[in-house]
Amino acid sequence: MEETLLDIDLKDREEYIINMGPQHPSTHGVLRFETCLQGEMVKYIIPHCGYIHRGIEKMSESLSYPQLVHLTDRMDYLSAHMNNEAVALCVEKAMEVEVTDRVKYIRTILAELSRIASHQLWWSAFGMDLGALTTFFYGLRDRERILDIFEETTGTRLIQTFITPGGLMNDVHPNFQKRVREFVTYFRKKLPEYNQLLTGNVIFQERTKGIGYMSKEVAISYGVTGPSGRGSGFHCDIRKLAPYSAYPFVKFNEITATEGDTFARYWVRMQEMSESLDIIDQLVDNIPQGDYMLALKAIKAPKGEFYHSVETARGELGVFIVSDGGPNPARIKYRTPNFSNLFVINKIAAGHKIADLVAISGSLDLVIPDIDR
Amino acid sequence: MALLTTFREVGTYFREIYSGVASLVRGMRVTGGYFVRPQTVTQRYPENRKELKMFDNFKGELILVHDEQNHHKCNVCNTCMRKCPNGSIEVISKKIEGADGRSKKVLDKYIYHLDMCTFCGICVSVCDEHALKFDQEFEHAVFDRSKLVKQLNLPGSISQKEANNE
Repeated sequence: MEETLLDIDLKDREEYIINMGPQHPSTHGVLRFETCLQGEMVKYIIPHCGYIHRGIEKMSESLSYPQLVHLTDRMDYLSAHMNNEAVALCVEKAMEVEVTDRVKYIRTILAELSRIASHQLWWSAFGMDLGALTTFFYGLRDRERILDIFEETTGTRLIQTFITPGGLMNDVHPNFQKRVREFVTYFRKKLPEYNQLLTGNVIFQERTKGIGYMSKEVAISYGVTGPSGRGSGFHCDIRKLAPYSAYPFVKFNEITATEGDTFARYWVRMQEMSESLDIIDQLVDNIPQGDYMLALKAIKAPKGEFYHSVETARGELGVFIVSDGGPNPARIKYRTPNFSNLFVINKIAAGHKIADLVAISGSLDLVIPDIDR
Repeated sequence: MALLTTFREVGTYFREIYSGVASLVRGMRVTGGYFVRPQTVTQRYPENRKELKMFDNFKGELILVHDEQNHHKCNVCNTCMRKCPNGSIEVISKKIEGADGRSKKVLDKYIYHLDMCTFCGICVSVCDEHALKFDQEFEHAVFDRSKLVKQLNLPGSISQKEANNE
């Protein structure tokens, strides 16, 4: 029988339990790590989730497909566009319709912009978790420009509800292309600054290299996807494996690293930012003309089961819809990346010092509402 | 031999110190650059309220568009109420006697629950009459929750259709 935390006589083994969270700055949300320590060493961690469970999947059963899109923003709020896109693509797959090329291009540009914005915020907060406050200001300074682009087109900054089954809520703003182009040139200049500030820093390297090693086997068996999985050499980029939207039209590399430590996961995200810039660069000048929304009579999935997955900033987000032919889904299930990414933490952080736990959980880039949803 | 190894170890030790310090200096050069040439990106919010302008598409709060004659475009089709995911819109209609003697359904109260709204924008996009719009207001903080329940049709306003019939 497996030993549970309660069975252990803690006094004899000089171990004690400390709760990291639910209100801890480095968990970026309400997540509790029940951490068993021996001195400063982490023996094992039991993550407790559910503090921000809202029952999104159950709520979605009583909403029609266009209505339930707005709930997906509230899962992984930093990749809201990709979450919307996942539902939209799954419903479109079920209805067997294809959106116009214009919609595909705009969806991809928005998704890549939010990937950059998400990685910028992660970079800012990751630096801050490790004690480098400067990164927070630099990252947010540049992220603000992306949020401005979003705000001008969609009307909101963080949770946009812009991509909907059949197309987009409205057409992009006339300034959109100009602003995106401006941002790409601006951020190409600023990205080396990020590396000068943090990547090369000796203190940062000492704190991340060789810390939190995750082998490829562990990544696959726990289902760790996204940059965290790719840091261990796991080829899991859905954009490459099953290209959707405008990804078949662009050339880009899947960034992988083989080291599998915290620094490798960091490095993958930094490279992904410039890769995303390249994708945007290829698309922004060639947005074709066309309608932004298909003229659909009713948005209803036929009877059956449908699955579609997209690559969000944190990994594979899968949407599984069971439909009975009505306007609402009979059951909807989200395979969220963070839920799988979270539970590997015991495996990779055990045996390290408690200060490294902050670095390791930071490198997994967890967004808590996505875990609990 | 042992001496040589010691020398090598000492050399590596100093080289590491040197490269470590150099990496710190490289980072300091970035921050130092901004120290000498500051770029202000922050805004002084409460002070700049007069100049602060939101984008045209900004989703502030829902309004029913009224023209100069105090006419709105709502003809009580209830689509927005049905499509709203969280029931934050209540359209209350009343029956009035039209010019031709037949009773007509017109808007009595358009109630908007700002406290329940998630700003998804479905109401605006489904309205065929373009009667709804989001305005630029973003300062929603109030002391009492009941103040967030708003009546959107202005007092004394009638719909454009109603005005044309008379």
